[in-house]
Amino acid sequence: MDVILFTFFALVAIVGAVSLVLQKHPISSALSLVSVMVALAVLFLLLGAEFIAAAQLVVYSGAIMVLFVFVIMLLNAGAERESRKGGLAQFLGLPLTAILLVFASSVITQSMSNAKAVKFGAFAGGGPREVGWELFTRYLLPFEVTSILILIAIAGAVVLARKEID
Amino acid sequence: MTHLLPPEFFTTTVPLNAYLILSAILFAIGACGFLFRKNIITIYMCIELMLNAVNLSFVTFSYQFGKVDGQIYSFFVMVVAAAEAAVGLAIILTIFRNRNTLQIDEIDTLKN
Repeated sequence: MDVILFTFFALVAIVGAVSLVLQKHPISSALSLVSVMVALAVLFLLLGAEFIAAAQLVVYSGAIMVLFVFVIMLLNAGAERESRKGGLAQFLGLPLTAILLVFASSVITQSMSNAKAVKFGAFAGGGPREVGWELFTRYLLPFEVTSILILIAIAGAVVLARKEID
Repeated sequence: MTHLLPPEFFTTTVPLNAYLILSAILFAIGACGFLFRKNIITIYMCIELMLNAVNLSFVTFSYQFGKVDGQIYSFFVMVVAAAEAAVGLAIILTIFRNRNTLQIDEIDTLKN
């Protein structure tokens, strides 16, 4: 059962990611990204990270993607035009990312020889209780610093997006 | 349904490396999109895809070591991504208001 679920949702994630890159219209890309995020939430659940799976659905595919879709609608963003300039990235981009992928895969297969096999339910330390306990004891300072970061982000977003009054 | 398939089929497990390689693939696709696309919003979404791929790595390592720390790191990545999305989309709004375009090759004042 683990194999079926992993294969299905990994394929959904990869197809969604490819579709995100290939779609011409930003709103189609946004919907592809939502499918990737939902598939990743299921994979988090398979890895025993219940809280992170829920947060992924609520924060990413909920809040962040709604923000993206709002901005796409607000700017009335149409289909992307063909680029007139080539640039170095157009020629070197694909080979370099392929090299990155091959290198990462070889490092993973070599260094993770003692890796466990993933079985659903084998790791039970990812519930809200365990995550919350760690978050409010050992990671209390980063957690509090995060609140300042979010405050700055709110202020920055309001300052940047407001209309100039003149 | 159960008797149609051999019992090993339901007890087999996924190797951990499969999750890590899936994460690498998603990161590479996101990097490709970042390099090839010209729409600033799509590029932004590719960055979110790469952040998600790294999150999958964190959670996978959390499973490997049996500790919750990796999940907390990925939680912080999510929070920072949310803050980044708010500020970044406000910057995109401002750019669009000033330049009336979303194509990145038309926003090249800093070039040369």
